Amino acid sequence: MNINLTLIGQTIAFAVFVWFCMKFVWPPIISALNERKTRIADGLAAADEGQREKARAEEHAAEVLEEAKGQAQEIIRRAERRETEMVEEAKTTARGEGDRILTAARGEIDKEVNQARETLRAQLATLVVAGAGQILSREVDEKAHSQLIDELTQEL
Amino acid sequence: MASDSLTTTGYIKHHLQNLAYGQHPDGTWGLAHSAAEAREMGFWAIHLDTMFWSVALGALFVWSFGKAARKATADTPSGWLNFVEWVIDFIDDNVRGSFSGKNDLIAPLSLTLFVWILMMNLMDLVPVDWIPQIAHLMGIEYMKVVPTTDPNATFGMALGVFLLTLYYSIKVKGPMGFAAELTMQPFQATNPILKIILMPINFFLEFVSLVAKPISLSLRLFGNLFAGEMIFILIALLFSGGLAFALVGGVLQLGWAIFHILIVLLQAFIFMTLTIVYLEMAHSHH
Repeated sequence: MNINLTLIGQTIAFAVFVWFCMKFVWPPIISALNERKTRIADGLAAADEGQREKARAEEHAAEVLEEAKGQAQEIIRRAERRETEMVEEAKTTARGEGDRILTAARGEIDKEVNQARETLRAQLATLVVAGAGQILSREVDEKAHSQLIDELTQEL
Repeated sequence: MASDSLTTTGYIKHHLQNLAYGQHPDGTWGLAHSAAEAREMGFWAIHLDTMFWSVALGALFVWSFGKAARKATADTPSGWLNFVEWVIDFIDDNVRGSFSGKNDLIAPLSLTLFVWILMMNLMDLVPVDWIPQIAHLMGIEYMKVVPTTDPNATFGMALGVFLLTLYYSIKVKGPMGFAAELTMQPFQATNPILKIILMPINFFLEFVSLVAKPISLSLRLFGNLFAGEMIFILIALLFSGGLAFALVGGVLQLGWAIFHILIVLLQAFIFMTLTIVYLEMAHSHH
């Protein structure tokens, strides 16, 4: 247990080991540790952010759904209204068309009646003239009395 | 057991003798063949066993930790790197807790001290006769395998710490600031004459406390480990006393080894922590 040169040797060995440790061991490991620390912190922050983002998205989705529901209701309501409108319109159109057809038919009928009446009148006049002609065939000159017959026909 | 000792005293003495290489009184250089010869060599001798084991263990430390450092990555660590990171994290926490300034030397210094001292201390758990016996078969007379039971080793490290303390005291406070710290307290005065009178008293007190730091630092470690080793040697003596004694010795050795793990760890930790504290004191102004 003597104090001797070993003391100096030990001090030098100590200094060399500390130097080596300071140069080659400590810095790479501690920088790796610190980098990992920041990475983990970043990851946790990102996870938090993701969670918040998800909550926001869910809220937004609920909003959109609510809106869509409202819109659907509105569309249905409008469609119902439109349906009744269309039925009404169709009814009105049909009624109008019916009226029109009726009117046209009436006109046609009137025309037919008038025509028939005209024809009848003409034929009657001819018949009358023929009858009168047969009765008065001898004394009555057709040419001389045609004016009279025409006047008669006109009066009928 | 040992070559020249059949007696209990001889056995113990043999175990406490370092393998010294130095100059004999007759002028020739060589190994000391007895405790007396080693003593006669004086200061110019070196303990080959202490140097061998401490440098070998230190080299193992820097090699294994350096291997981990080369593979250091911010991704998932594995195996050995995992363990090294755990140790470094532990040291870093301790340094941050005790050292307030910014100095890139303190943390690596603490790591080296802690792991190196721990490894040297752990040699104490190797049964006391194993390595000396192997050395004896190889023709080496003395072999003390625990460097921290050699005061040279503990003083050597404490000396390194002491020099760093002085260096940083002067660097941080300036030569005048450091001198003032040594002479202007603990007794303070505003009167210039009184100040000068108090100077020697202050210097004496401060000097003692300054020098006491490395001495207590090294003696604490040395004392604990020396006592531990001594108990292992005494327990080992039981093995020569027949089967019953050998059984008791076995149980005692196991028990003491388990308890000694605590001391081994604690002393390494205390040495490191006190080093940090001393360097913190060197950095701070009073």
